Amino acid sequence: MKQLLVAVWVSLFAAVTAHAVAVDEKPLEDPALEAQAREIMKEIRCLQCQNQSIEDSNAEIARDLRKLIRERVALGDSPENVKAYLVDRYGDWVLLKPPVKTSTYFLWGSPFLVVLIIAALLVRRKQTTAATKPLTDDEQAALQELLEREQ
Amino acid sequence: MSRFVPLIIVAALVALFLGMMLSDRNPNEIDSVLVGRDAPAFSLASLDDSAPALTQADLKTGKPVLVNFFASWCVPCRAEHESLMRLAGEFQVEVIGIAYKNEKYQAIGFLNELGNPFSKTGLDLDGRVGIDWGVSGVPETFLIDGEGIVRYRHWGPIVGDSLETRLLPELEALR
Repeated sequence: MKQLLVAVWVSLFAAVTAHAVAVDEKPLEDPALEAQAREIMKEIRCLQCQNQSIEDSNAEIARDLRKLIRERVALGDSPENVKAYLVDRYGDWVLLKPPVKTSTYFLWGSPFLVVLIIAALLVRRKQTTAATKPLTDDEQAALQELLEREQ
Repeated sequence: MSRFVPLIIVAALVALFLGMMLSDRNPNEIDSVLVGRDAPAFSLASLDDSAPALTQADLKTGKPVLVNFFASWCVPCRAEHESLMRLAGEFQVEVIGIAYKNEKYQAIGFLNELGNPFSKTGLDLDGRVGIDWGVSGVPETFLIDGEGIVRYRHWGPIVGDSLETRLLPELEALR
């Protein structure tokens, strides 16, 4: 019984590990470096499937880039340097999260802009409602007359 | 007046979306960051054993040069091959071919079958030079000016009217 439990446990664990290296190639031997490389891969866009990260893409180019990232991480390159290396070749587009810089101010600022516009509209609307004038004496009299006629 | 504002906004959006739909833009195509920069440094063995290695120095000829990344396993490359033959023949451009992630004998077989438009060739077996050039898939073709600076990148195969409407005007501008 105990043996069976151990076997189940081992196979479960093996399955989890196998899933972690879902795609082909060899992970780095140092788990810390491998984790670092994986973090970078999650942020890099696959150039063929475009809305997938290279970490979970099966495209050939994604595999090449994973290999390259592992190599550079193993050489002691910082994540910033690895990303800069790729941006230098493929442009900012290769990063799934666009950097904040002059050309992307509008992109990052647009949600706040929308909130501001909505707030401005709401304020204006409230002001117009509040500004509704009370009825003049003549109007009040006319209203009164209409109401009485109804009855 | 103000009651026309929604109509004007809708009309403006329709015009914008229609313009985007009808333009000749491929949403999958991303501008190359290489345009305007020196061609990346590299050194690749030629497909021809007797020829010296292909390097970035081969791109600085004083005349415009095309660098084409191709592979025998790539179907669109087959489709654009006729355009490359025309460029090398009819339009007298030097075309350099880089076999991308292709076995040497397969790349040679491809050229033997369809004709060889390339004055020089290089073999990028592991695709690393392709990465340095920002290649996301074959075929891709780069137009290099006489100084070795990348001037235009043609993404995807040169088929249909894209030779006449895109590549040739860029080439003429350099001549």
